[in-house]
Amino acid sequence: MEIPYTVTPRKDTGLYNAKVGIWLFLASEVMLFGALFSSYVLLRVGAPFWPEGLLNIPIGTFNTWVLITSSVTVVMCWANLKLGNFNKARVYLGLTILCALGFVGIKTVEYNDKFTHYTIRFTNDVTAAAFLKEAYGNDDEATRSGVFANTYGVPDSKVVAKNKELPPPRFLEITGHLEGNPHFVTLKKLKAKNAETITFIPDALNQGKKEKGAAPDPAHDHKKVTVKMSELVYLSAYTPQRNTYFAIYFTLTGLHAAHVIGGALVMAYLFFTGRRWWQKAPEQYTNRIEVAGLFWHFVDLVWIFLFPVLYLL
Amino acid sequence: MAATHSTTHTAHEAHAHHEPGFWRKYIFSTDHKVIGIQYGITALLFLFFGFLLMAAMRWQIAYPGEPIPVAGKIIGWLLGAEAATMIPGGIMSPDLYNAFGAMHGTIMVFLAIVPLAFAAFGNYVVPLQIGAPDMAFPRINMVSYQCFFMGGVVMLASFFIPGGAARSGWTSYSPLASMADLTNRVDGQTFWLIGMVLLITSSLLGAVNFIATIIQLRAKGMSWMRLPFFVWAQFVTGFLLLLAFPPLEAAGVMQLMDNVLDTSFFLPSGLVISGQPVDVSGGGSPLLWQHLFWFLGHPEVYVLILPAMGIVAEIIACNTRKPLWGYKALVHSVLAIGFLSFIVWAHHMYLTGMGTKISTFFQTTTMIISIPSVIILTALFLSLWGGSIRFNTPMLFALAFLPMFGIGGLTGLPLGFNASDILLHDTYYVIAHFHYVVAPGTIFALFAGIYFWFPKATGRFMSEGLGRIHFVLSFVFMNLIFGPMFLQGLAGMLRRMSDGGAAYSLAQNPGIEGALSDAIINLNKGVSMAAWGLGLSQIPFIINFFWSIKHGKKVPSDNPWQATTLEWQTPTPPPHGNFAVEPEVHRGPYDYSVPGAKSDYSPQNQSH
Repeated sequence: MEIPYTVTPRKDTGLYNAKVGIWLFLASEVMLFGALFSSYVLLRVGAPFWPEGLLNIPIGTFNTWVLITSSVTVVMCWANLKLGNFNKARVYLGLTILCALGFVGIKTVEYNDKFTHYTIRFTNDVTAAAFLKEAYGNDDEATRSGVFANTYGVPDSKVVAKNKELPPPRFLEITGHLEGNPHFVTLKKLKAKNAETITFIPDALNQGKKEKGAAPDPAHDHKKVTVKMSELVYLSAYTPQRNTYFAIYFTLTGLHAAHVIGGALVMAYLFFTGRRWWQKAPEQYTNRIEVAGLFWHFVDLVWIFLFPVLYLL
Repeated sequence: MAATHSTTHTAHEAHAHHEPGFWRKYIFSTDHKVIGIQYGITALLFLFFGFLLMAAMRWQIAYPGEPIPVAGKIIGWLLGAEAATMIPGGIMSPDLYNAFGAMHGTIMVFLAIVPLAFAAFGNYVVPLQIGAPDMAFPRINMVSYQCFFMGGVVMLASFFIPGGAARSGWTSYSPLASMADLTNRVDGQTFWLIGMVLLITSSLLGAVNFIATIIQLRAKGMSWMRLPFFVWAQFVTGFLLLLAFPPLEAAGVMQLMDNVLDTSFFLPSGLVISGQPVDVSGGGSPLLWQHLFWFLGHPEVYVLILPAMGIVAEIIACNTRKPLWGYKALVHSVLAIGFLSFIVWAHHMYLTGMGTKISTFFQTTTMIISIPSVIILTALFLSLWGGSIRFNTPMLFALAFLPMFGIGGLTGLPLGFNASDILLHDTYYVIAHFHYVVAPGTIFALFAGIYFWFPKATGRFMSEGLGRIHFVLSFVFMNLIFGPMFLQGLAGMLRRMSDGGAAYSLAQNPGIEGALSDAIINLNKGVSMAAWGLGLSQIPFIINFFWSIKHGKKVPSDNPWQATTLEWQTPTPPPHGNFAVEPEVHRGPYDYSVPGAKSDYSPQNQSH
């Protein structure tokens, strides 16, 4: 009672079972990520402001390159198995796993940056203006525009043009770091600890602005400002609850990272059991690599969509 | 099989062929038939449990504010510490009513009907019908059942956590679903979502397995147009599950984030609860949840009905002793339904204000999808024409399916037109409509399937006498339950009200135009009696089921119904690996009463 076509292809379909299975599985994965991308579109279209330029493009580009490289190495692994070069294939498989680990590692650094990056808002225009003066030496239009750019990236775009002016200081979301770079601090947690003040290191102006000549102004980097807790109405790290942009960013990239880790685990299993398997059933082993590779290409492809959608657009 | 091997077996190999122990054989089995039976029994238990929830709710609807006799005490005892608020003095609170309502829907759809129709029958019958030794991926099949089982455990556990089970309806609309329980961080809704993720994983693995099996493991000669209609129905159902469920999984992940991590995927800006602004970032879209939910939700309707149609087709062909009328039309219709079911979802959302243009589009596609549905039903009706019908229990249930599904389907048309839907939306009319499709429709087909394939699985018939009692009582009570609901709905009685509409009755609002008359309110009592009667009518079935396993009439042969399809050409019950000889298919699935043949049936593996 052997199940047929586990290794050799069925004549009329030209496929072995696992290949049919993985393609079907990938079809459902397309629907899963498709639903999330659709949600992204709907949320973005419905938002009055959509943040831009909050992610590190060079790091993202590098990570894209890492993932594309891993797609090449996994194909090389399969091709070498087809040629019967197990040892070479094993090296390529190892490289693929290293790339996967590298990708996840870089992503962790990026996440960490976000979890230690904070936004604050003040109770009223007076305290907010006072803060702007202390932090940036001015609370004029240009300063406020630069602060606004740190959150939404486009202070002089049509969005602001439609509203004729920037939001008043108390609605401005001022970004920066807390002293000691703590993770996940919230107003509630600070109040529970009876903190009276926080030390805030505001970002340089115009960080998110992409236009030429609007380079971040380094003059105010690392300037520490003490802020009274009583003056704050809002404090949040760049976490999923920060806004729908970060919510969808973390959901999409988190789910993608879970796929990367899953794929890496499968390939690690194939790596460590490979030699015995290859000696016993080389064709079956080659098929397994092919199936894992198909999944890996899909994971790569998802990132090819994620990168421009989240980092560049 | 072991006998065909030579005596050169090593000791190790011989050991591998030993009969597996109890755990390997019944609990962690990779045999599709055992897994099918596991699914079947688990799903039947959930079906009964889901019914009990409704039976308790029906008391509250018929006698609002009165303590539930006996059961009230039992429910209170089961709920323990939560009972004081949930069911004070044996009176069902609105919160408990909502929780039971939400869980009735969830359990019936995701833990009872789908696993029974798709997974249980599909697992047991499909590999046999296509002449395969097992499913393409037996271990994935086992994992699929285990995920399903764990999902069920999570759903059941949610009744006993602080705050109780999810209470935002089986549709779990946001923001209600995120805001229903503000005191507990991890609430019933969280459990619901985790349970759903497990169930979705299960059905995804199942769907991949079914489709791959049907594509790859068809026996020699089993071409596509020789597949029994049931296999076609399961094939299309597999694709529906494969492609429609992932968006709900995505939505579930997002709602889970909303509930646990305070994101705002589905929470709009400016949300105020009990006069307090909610502390979330806002900017989300409640409509997004509805779109994602119904993108699954509508194909899911066809997941519920297509396997049922497949079962009915098999039974009708066998018991009329003639080929199905319009086999090709049936196949093409089921494919058309599969495709169209993906573009009708927003007809559940006419009242959300999507806009008339979008409503018109979905109204049009909804009308179009009724065409293939009607073709299938018509073909099944026409199949009866000129047949020499055998009225055994499976056939009675299959025959009852036809008009019951017909009523359910036709009453859906006014809901598909957005003008009339505005009036009927969220009333008991909707409940009556979809229950006619699923309860006397699908569930009858499932009963038919159980009576029909029971002899294959056990080698014994179920009792005809008890079966007929079961059928007649179920048929009468089903109609007494759901028939009057059409009237209540047309009179404007809304669903989801824990007092059965009493607050909107003429008795409590004298002189108000449009208030519900006493006659409409009093139908509640009759419906509730019928519902409890339906529960009692299942006793003959339960007795029959267990009694017949050991004491039923033995089947005279491997093919007791003289059927043509391959599952009857195996030993009874089929051993691990299914077929004694690898089958080779020579003819279509329904060669009954072929002129000039020796008997009135020619099995698919019979050469000319």
